[in-house]
Amino acid sequence: MDARRESEIPVKNLTTVEQKSDRELVVTRTFNGPPRIVFEAWTKPELIKRWWVPKSMGMSLVSCEADVRVGGKYRFVFVHGASEPMAFYGRYLEVIPDSRIVWTNEEGGENGAVTTVTFEEKAGKTLLVVRDLYPSKEALDAGRGAEAATFETFEQLDELLVALGASMGRS
Amino acid sequence: MAPWLKDEICLEMRSILGGEGGRKRSAARPPLACRQSVRYILNRMVQYLSGRLDASFAALADATRRGVLEQLGRVDASITDLAEKFHMTLTGMKKHVGVLEQAGLVTTEKVGRVRTCKLGPRRLEDETAWMESYRELWDARFDELDKVVEELKRKEKVNGRKKRK
Repeated sequence: MDARRESEIPVKNLTTVEQKSDRELVVTRTFNGPPRIVFEAWTKPELIKRWWVPKSMGMSLVSCEADVRVGGKYRFVFVHGASEPMAFYGRYLEVIPDSRIVWTNEEGGENGAVTTVTFEEKAGKTLLVVRDLYPSKEALDAGRGAEAATFETFEQLDELLVALGASMGRS
Repeated sequence: MAPWLKDEICLEMRSILGGEGGRKRSAARPPLACRQSVRYILNRMVQYLSGRLDASFAALADATRRGVLEQLGRVDASITDLAEKFHMTLTGMKKHVGVLEQAGLVTTEKVGRVRTCKLGPRRLEDETAWMESYRELWDARFDELDKVVEELKRKEKVNGRKKRK
């Protein structure tokens, strides 16, 4: 499978997302460059700010500070349209050059995930893996933003609809 | 259970979070359903949903409208059909359908002189949709990161050559 994949040389590397457990989400992607380069793009604020907020999202990064070393802090501030600026912040727990970065996501309070990014060399390319490990299943659900908000309200809606005996005929 | 309703609301959220453009435009140009950060989006979601769900709950607060939803869950119907079924005037039924439509619970389509009502279209299951949104976010980031990587590679090459000289 690997041989076939390599001979095909995809135009664009695929991004995959997997929920590994009820506490962990994993994103993987290959980059056409060695780990030292990809690592650099994850550790220099002037580089991080160029890709962390994709242009297509209509958001902009107001400031981006990242002191990428063990115990160092980061703080990214964003705005979306006229919204109040919002900050993501935390600290780096582990920094192994060209190989691994671990940080906390403290804006989420005690539900915040610990993110681990690994950079693995594969024939001159980099296999990048981003893992968000939440302290609990509930924290992951809460962290899921859309779902956290919707599932709870959906549950209410579901209850309401069930209570109404409204069998919608589509399931 | 009403997955179609969840899907509808998810779709709306995806639209609004994708920036400008509503659901109609989103069909042609799928918005980047962003989960740029879980916390950030959470805030946006809650803001958005509270408005959205107010409309849904308001729409569901009426017995006739709930009946209409139940009816449309079985089969699509014209406003005339619904008016007859619920012993109402056409104008009265139009109002109810309007409320349901605004809440995103029902869609209508006019063909000739008949306006047909149906439940919101079924979409991806929430779970799948969410995972896809999350993936799209990272994918968009990584597309930008690709550019940075390419640039760094070029620089490294140039610098490498300089050093060797």
